[in-house]
Amino acid sequence: MRRSNQQLKTSSFVVQWEFILLLIFILFNFIMSFTHSNYLRISNLFDTTFIFSEKALVALIMTFIIITGNIDISVASMMGLSSVVLATLFRAGMNIWLASLVGLGVGTFCGFLNGFIITRVRLPALIITLANFSFYRGIAYVILGDEAVSGFPESFLYLGRGYIGNSPVPFILVFFIVLAVIAGIVLHRTKFGRTVYAIGWNENTCYASGIPVDRIKLLLFTLSGFMAGVAAVFITSRIGNTRPNIATGFELEIITIVILGGVMITGGVGKMWGVFLSIFLIGTIRYGLGLHNIPGQYMLIVTGSLLIISILMNNLIVSYVEQRYLKAMAALEQGEDLPVEPAVEKGGGT
Amino acid sequence: MKKTLLLILACVLLISFSAFAGGGRAKKEEITIAMIVKNIGNPFFDVVRKGWDEAVAELGVNDVWRGPEQPTPEGQIEIFESLIAQGVDGITYVGNDPQALVGVAQKAMDAGIMVNGWESGIVPDSRHISVEPVSAQTIGADQVKILAEQIDYKGQIAILSAAATMANQNTWIEYMKEELEKPEYKDMELVAIVYGDDVREKSYNEALGLFKSFPNLRGIISPTTVGIAATGRAITDEGMIDKVELTGLGLPSEMYEYVMNGASKVFGLWNPKDLGYLNAYVTYRLVTGEITGQPGEKFEAGRLGSYTIEPQEGVDNGLVYMGSLFRFDKNNVGEFKDEL
Amino acid sequence: MSNGTERSLFARFAGLRELGIFIFLIAVVVIISIRSPVFLTLDNIHDIGLDAAILAIVAVGEMMVILTGGIDISVGSGIGLSGMIVALIIMNQWSIPPIVAVFMGTAIGGVLGMINGVLVVKAKIPPIITTLGTMSIYRGATFIVNYTVNKGKWVAADRFAPAFRTFTRDTFFLVPNLILITIIIYIIFYYFLNHTVTGRKIYAVGSNPDGARFAGINVDKIMFLPYLLTGMLVGTGGVLWVSRYTSAQTDAAQGFEFMVITAVVIGGVKVTGGSGSIIGILLGSILIGVINNALNLVRVSPFWKLAINGFIILMAVIVDKYIQQSVNKRLLERRKL
Repeated sequence: MRRSNQQLKTSSFVVQWEFILLLIFILFNFIMSFTHSNYLRISNLFDTTFIFSEKALVALIMTFIIITGNIDISVASMMGLSSVVLATLFRAGMNIWLASLVGLGVGTFCGFLNGFIITRVRLPALIITLANFSFYRGIAYVILGDEAVSGFPESFLYLGRGYIGNSPVPFILVFFIVLAVIAGIVLHRTKFGRTVYAIGWNENTCYASGIPVDRIKLLLFTLSGFMAGVAAVFITSRIGNTRPNIATGFELEIITIVILGGVMITGGVGKMWGVFLSIFLIGTIRYGLGLHNIPGQYMLIVTGSLLIISILMNNLIVSYVEQRYLKAMAALEQGEDLPVEPAVEKGGGT
Repeated sequence: MKKTLLLILACVLLISFSAFAGGGRAKKEEITIAMIVKNIGNPFFDVVRKGWDEAVAELGVNDVWRGPEQPTPEGQIEIFESLIAQGVDGITYVGNDPQALVGVAQKAMDAGIMVNGWESGIVPDSRHISVEPVSAQTIGADQVKILAEQIDYKGQIAILSAAATMANQNTWIEYMKEELEKPEYKDMELVAIVYGDDVREKSYNEALGLFKSFPNLRGIISPTTVGIAATGRAITDEGMIDKVELTGLGLPSEMYEYVMNGASKVFGLWNPKDLGYLNAYVTYRLVTGEITGQPGEKFEAGRLGSYTIEPQEGVDNGLVYMGSLFRFDKNNVGEFKDEL
Repeated sequence: MSNGTERSLFARFAGLRELGIFIFLIAVVVIISIRSPVFLTLDNIHDIGLDAAILAIVAVGEMMVILTGGIDISVGSGIGLSGMIVALIIMNQWSIPPIVAVFMGTAIGGVLGMINGVLVVKAKIPPIITTLGTMSIYRGATFIVNYTVNKGKWVAADRFAPAFRTFTRDTFFLVPNLILITIIIYIIFYYFLNHTVTGRKIYAVGSNPDGARFAGINVDKIMFLPYLLTGMLVGTGGVLWVSRYTSAQTDAAQGFEFMVITAVVIGGVKVTGGSGSIIGILLGSILIGVINNALNLVRVSPFWKLAINGFIILMAVIVDKYIQQSVNKRLLERRKL
C-alpha cells in the first residue's frame, strides 16, 4: 500500500492517542458517578461487561487484521453461523460440548475460506468479506430458517452468564482479559507481532524481503473465524437461545471499537491497550447513557461524534506539538538556547 | 511503564469514587414503570406511547420508554440490563424474540422487578403476566376470513410477513394455516410465504416478485404494518387493484391511500393506543401488588374498564386479552388516519 | 494476427476492464431466463431498471470517492436523512413540483457531503472514520428530525402530492423519469470523468497522491470534490427513494452502503484508488439489480435467498478476476516485442 507524507505524519500520534482515550474514560466516569446514584455499584459495573464481552473477544483479532491493512466484515455472520450450527447439532441430540467444538470448527473454516480466497485469488479483503457477510449469514438461514433453539444445559449456560465463585466478576470477563493480555504480548513483544506491523506498513516490501505475507494473512483470517466461533459459544450461552439473525450488526461495532482504539485503517499503526481502553470506554458510555435513559437515536449520534471528535482532538494536539518541535529546531539552527525540550518521539514505541 | 502507572492510578480513582457515589439502592417513594418496545422509529409504537403516556399521567408514576435502534433481541437485552441496574419497579416488554429474553427477564424478576410480557405469552416463565391485544388464534384466523370474503373463497394466496425470526409472526402464520385447513377454504391455496423483514424496500420487492412468480395470485395477507403498506404500494404501482386483494394488519395513517383506491379494501388492527394504556395499568397494578398475575383476579384499567385475568394453558400465571380485531375500511379509515 | 500498431477488434474488446463483469452478467441473465420465462419481459426489465436506478446513481458518487483513495459508508444514512427532510418539507404542500423536490434533495445532500469532505480534507480525519461517524450521526439525525417535526409518524403516501407519488414511474417520451435522471447523470459524469481536466485529476490523485501534488494539482480540492458530489447524488437518490416507495421512514436505506460498495467493486474500481470506469459501475449496479430481481422471481425458498445472493457476488468477483488475468495474459502474448 502506498503511503503519502500525510499518512506518515499520523503515525506520530500513537504516543498521544491512548492518553486521550484514557482521559475521556476517567472524565466520563467522574461525571457519571455524581449524576447517578447507581452508576458505581460494583455489581452493575461488572454486569455491564457481559454485553460487550463477545464483541471484545473478536475485537482482539480484528486489531491484528486491521493493522495489516485488511478488514473482516464477515465476523458477525461467522458468529451467527457457528451459533446456528452448534445449536442445531445440540437439538439433534449431540452432546453440547461436542456441538460447540463443531461450531468452533465451522467458524474457523469460514475464516480460513476468507483468507484462502483473499490470498490465492488476490482479491481485496473488503469485497470478499463483504460478500461472505451475506453468504455465511445466508447459510445460517438455510440451516435454521424461522426456528429457534433453546434449552441448553446449565453447565453450558455458565460460560456466558456465570460468575467466578461468589464474586460479582463474570467468567467471560476474566476469559477476555486473559486473552487480551496474550494478544497484547503477541502483538508487541514477539517477532510475529512486528511482522504484522511490517505488513501493514508496506506489504510489497515484505513480499520482497521474503516474509511469508500470504501465510500470515491466511492465519489471521482463520483466527478471525476461530474467535468468531468462540464468541458464538459465549453469546449463545448468554442469551440461552439462538436464531439465524443472532449477532446481527456486530461487525460494525467491533470495527468501531478497534478504530476508536487508535488502530489506523491504513495499517501499521495501533496498540492493543488502545483497543482495550476503547472497549471499556464505549461500554461505559453506553452504560452511563443507558442509566439516564437516553434514547437510542442520541446514542447513535454520541458514538459517531466520539469517533470524529477523538481524532479531531488528536490531530490538533499533533499539529500543536509539531509546531513547537519545528520552532525548537529552527531556534537550534540559529544557535539560540532551546526554549523547551522537544519531547515528542516520532514513530512511537512503548 | 508510565502508561501502566497511569492505568493503575485510574483504577484507584475509580474505586475511590464509589465511596462518594452511595452504595445501596436509593430509597424511592415514587414508582417507576418501564416499557421496552421492539425498536424506536416504528410508528406503531409511537401510537402505543400515546396511550401509555395517558395512563402514566392518570396514575401519577414515573416512566421510562426505551427501545433498541434495530429490532434485535440483543438490543433489548442491553436495555433490560440497564433498567435492572436502575432499579425500576416494573417492566413491560414486547419481545423481538421472547425466547431470547427469558434469561434477562428472569434476572429482572429475581431482582424484585415485576415483569409484564406483552405478546410474549408463548414463554410463560419470563413474566409475571402477559397481555395480548387479541388472542393469537383470532389474529391469524380473522385475517384469513377477511381475505376469503374478498376473493369469494377461491384462488391462490400468499403471506408477506416481517422477519422469519419474529416469533409472534410465526405464531400467527401457524394459526392462519390452521384456519385454512377448514373445509370452507378448500378452493384456496397458500402458495408462498415471503419475508419483507419489515423493511419497506424489501417488502415492496418481495410483493413484486410474488406477482411475477404467481400470475394467478388472488390475495395477499400481510400481518405487519410495514409489509401491508409496501404491498399496497406495489399493487397500486403494478395496476393490480382488484386483481390481487390485500389484507392484514395495518396503520390507518399509512393505509389511507390504499383503502381509498381499493388496493386494500379491508384490513385490521387493534387499537395500539389502548394497548399502551392497558399495559401501563397492568404493570402498575402488578407493582402495587393489587394483582399477582393469577387467573381469576380482577382489576380496573381506567377508562377501559375492568378486566379478568384469563388462564393460559400449561402455566400458573395468566393472560389479559384486550379485545378483538378491529376492522378498517373505506367508511372509517378516515376517522383514524390522523391518530393511528 | 495483428500487427504492431493496429489492435484487432478482439483485442480492443478484451482490453475492456469491464469484460469480466459483462460476461458474468450475460451468463446470469441466460441462466435466469431459462428458469423463469417472466424474466426477460419488458415489464420485468422495467422493474429491474427502476430498482437498480437509485443504486446506480449513488454508485457514481461512491466510485469517485474510492477513486481518490477514500470511502464513504454514510450514503445509506444520507439517503435516509435527505429524503426525510425533503419529505417533511413537501408534506401536505401539494403545489411544489416533484422536480423542485429533487433539487431540494440534491442541495441538502450536498451539505451532508460537504460535511464529510471538510472532515476528511481539512480536519484530516481518515475517510473510513469520518463516514463511519457520519453514518451514525446522520441516521440519529433522521430519527430526531422525524420525531421533532412529525412526532415519530412516517410520512405516508397520502401526504404527498399525486404528481410526486408517481414521479419515478411517470414517463417522459416513454422513458420513466427515474431512469431518465439516471441516464442524464451518467452522461454528465462520463464526460466529467473522462473528458475534463478535473475528472482526470481525480484519477491522478487516486493513483499517486504525492506525484499529483508535485505535479501541481491542488490535492485538497480534488479530494474534497468527490465527497461533495457524492452528497449531492445521495440527496437526489434520497428524494427519488421517497418518491419510489411513497414513504419517508426513519430506517430508509439502512445498510444500503454495502450494496453500493459491492456494485462499485464488482464494477472494477480498485479499492486502493486510481482505477475504474463509470461503465463498469453501471454494469455492477445492473448486475445487482438483476440478482435481486431474479431471486424474487425464481421460486426459491426465502431462506436460501441471502446465501445465494452472497454466493453470486463472490463468484462475480472471482470470475472477473480470472477473466482479467487470462485476458491480460493473452494480450501480453499477442504483443510483438
